[in-house]
Amino acid sequence: MKGMLKRSTIVILASFIVVFQVAPFFWQIITSLKMDKDLSSLPPIFPKEVTWLHYQNIFQNTDFYKYILNSSIIAVVVTLLCLFLGSLAAYSLARLPIKGKGLILLLFLSTSMFPQIAVVTPLYNLIKQLGLYNTHTGLVLSYMLFGLPLSVLLLYGFFRNIPYEIEEAAYMDGCGYFRTYWQVCLPLMAPGLVTAGLLVFISSWNEFLFAITFTNNIDAQTIPVGIAMLPQMFFVPWGDTAATSILVTLPLILLVLIFEKKLTKGIMGGAVKG
Amino acid sequence: MEKVEKQVIGSTNAPLLLAKKKYVKKIFSKPMMIGYIFLLPSLLILCIVGIYPLIQTIYLSFFDVSFTKQGSSFVGLENYRNLLSDIWFKVAYKNTWIFTVLSVLLETILGLFIALVLNKNFKGRGLVRACVLIPWAIPTVVSARMWEWIFNAEYGILNFLLMKVGIIDANINWLGETSTAMSAAIFSDVWKTTPFMALIILAGLQGISSSLYEAADIDGANKWKQFFYLTLPLLVPSIMIAVLLRSLDAFRVFDLIFVLTGGGPANSTEVLSSYAYKTTFSAAQVSYGAAMSSLMAVSVFILAMVMLFFMNQSSKKIEGGK
Repeated sequence: MKGMLKRSTIVILASFIVVFQVAPFFWQIITSLKMDKDLSSLPPIFPKEVTWLHYQNIFQNTDFYKYILNSSIIAVVVTLLCLFLGSLAAYSLARLPIKGKGLILLLFLSTSMFPQIAVVTPLYNLIKQLGLYNTHTGLVLSYMLFGLPLSVLLLYGFFRNIPYEIEEAAYMDGCGYFRTYWQVCLPLMAPGLVTAGLLVFISSWNEFLFAITFTNNIDAQTIPVGIAMLPQMFFVPWGDTAATSILVTLPLILLVLIFEKKLTKGIMGGAVKG
Repeated sequence: MEKVEKQVIGSTNAPLLLAKKKYVKKIFSKPMMIGYIFLLPSLLILCIVGIYPLIQTIYLSFFDVSFTKQGSSFVGLENYRNLLSDIWFKVAYKNTWIFTVLSVLLETILGLFIALVLNKNFKGRGLVRACVLIPWAIPTVVSARMWEWIFNAEYGILNFLLMKVGIIDANINWLGETSTAMSAAIFSDVWKTTPFMALIILAGLQGISSSLYEAADIDGANKWKQFFYLTLPLLVPSIMIAVLLRSLDAFRVFDLIFVLTGGGPANSTEVLSSYAYKTTFSAAQVSYGAAMSSLMAVSVFILAMVMLFFMNQSSKKIEGGK
């Protein structure tokens, strides 16, 4: 009896948590399915007629797919670059006999703490001078600022937990450093790479400050910029905004549902290292 | 490096030990060059997009550069002196602290609560954990738009529900009133970032050995006592790490404010990042904005140092206790 009471208390508390964390998003889904005329009337909370008009609008009347394309290209390239360069750096930090390791780690750690606003103006000038204003390359380059420290620190932690034995065998067989890293370490690191990749991908997909500063039109603008600009494009279209939000969040939610364990591990692992 | 080596050697059995030593020695006998070559691209990029711009920002803050005029001259500390007499800067500075302290405080309490529930065994725990991750994964800009709609004065669901329950009897313009806008912004932030807090605290909880609780049970300590004298003290390190990471993030807040309120109404939600951004890119006062950003970077640095110091202290205490 006592056990059942305890269990139901936990279930009730857990339901509260789920409602608190999911309800706002759920409301956005409902909003995206309402007719415009129903948006300005409450009650009813649930619409009598469901419409897909807002979703149609987004694809037919706006360049939204371009934002999604830009965001995808940029986030994927940033992720791949950060994983490659970051794992190389992490391998070096964890395995090779370099001097000043602590200092280099500190450098990665402190750049991850930079307020973006403290670098945005010179970076803006630099990107303009390099002719990278309003290009994918410009954003990819600037996103390395948070992507690299994130992946290096995470992967460094993972590397330290991989035993030496297999690498050792590779060395004995006469593999060079790069080949050992590429053919032996990377496959062993796969779980770590997935976690780091997800975190970098999500933070690039969501980034806003650099995106709005280093771009000025649809050629390179990403989704967050598009959503921030929606009201200017067509005066506060709540239904369209909601539909857009759902569409751009869907891939992230899928990632979360598929990789829940990996993401949790990544967030937890990042903290344990401190 | 020494530590890693020791760990590895210590953790192996005797036959492997010799080979391991040879292996480590072999690496050490090779030049460090390769190590640095592997690090070079990352460090180079970080210097270009991080270190160089930061130094440049500090450098700019001693001049009077503007996007609208040609040339510039050295003005020393004038920008910083102007900041001290800039009433809107003071407002933004105060708001940033209010935002940081309140949102992190609320997140810690809520995060601790969520972590405690998620640490229990119940059906559907994985699903709850996935649900909790959703706000974390949503782009801040999207969550700002979501909350803007929920807080909407005329059609917002919040006003509707509160009226229905009878807590308020007239619509409140949450984002349009100076008295409520900041609370609304803090609430949106708490909603989005509590999951992060919860997961880090959960990691700490899972690290606590269950034998400690068994011992406490034998000693006859009740659940509340166990929580306050066992769980909470052992959680302090993870809570402090979570608070550190979140505080640094909250102090830099930009997207949420920029989209949700734009710093308004009447600067009541203006924070340092948004004010510096407007000063630089809307008012074109590059150097003045740079002075603001530099001051902010210094504040973040001091904040991090102070918190790291306290973390060190508390971990020493725990080690001493053992």
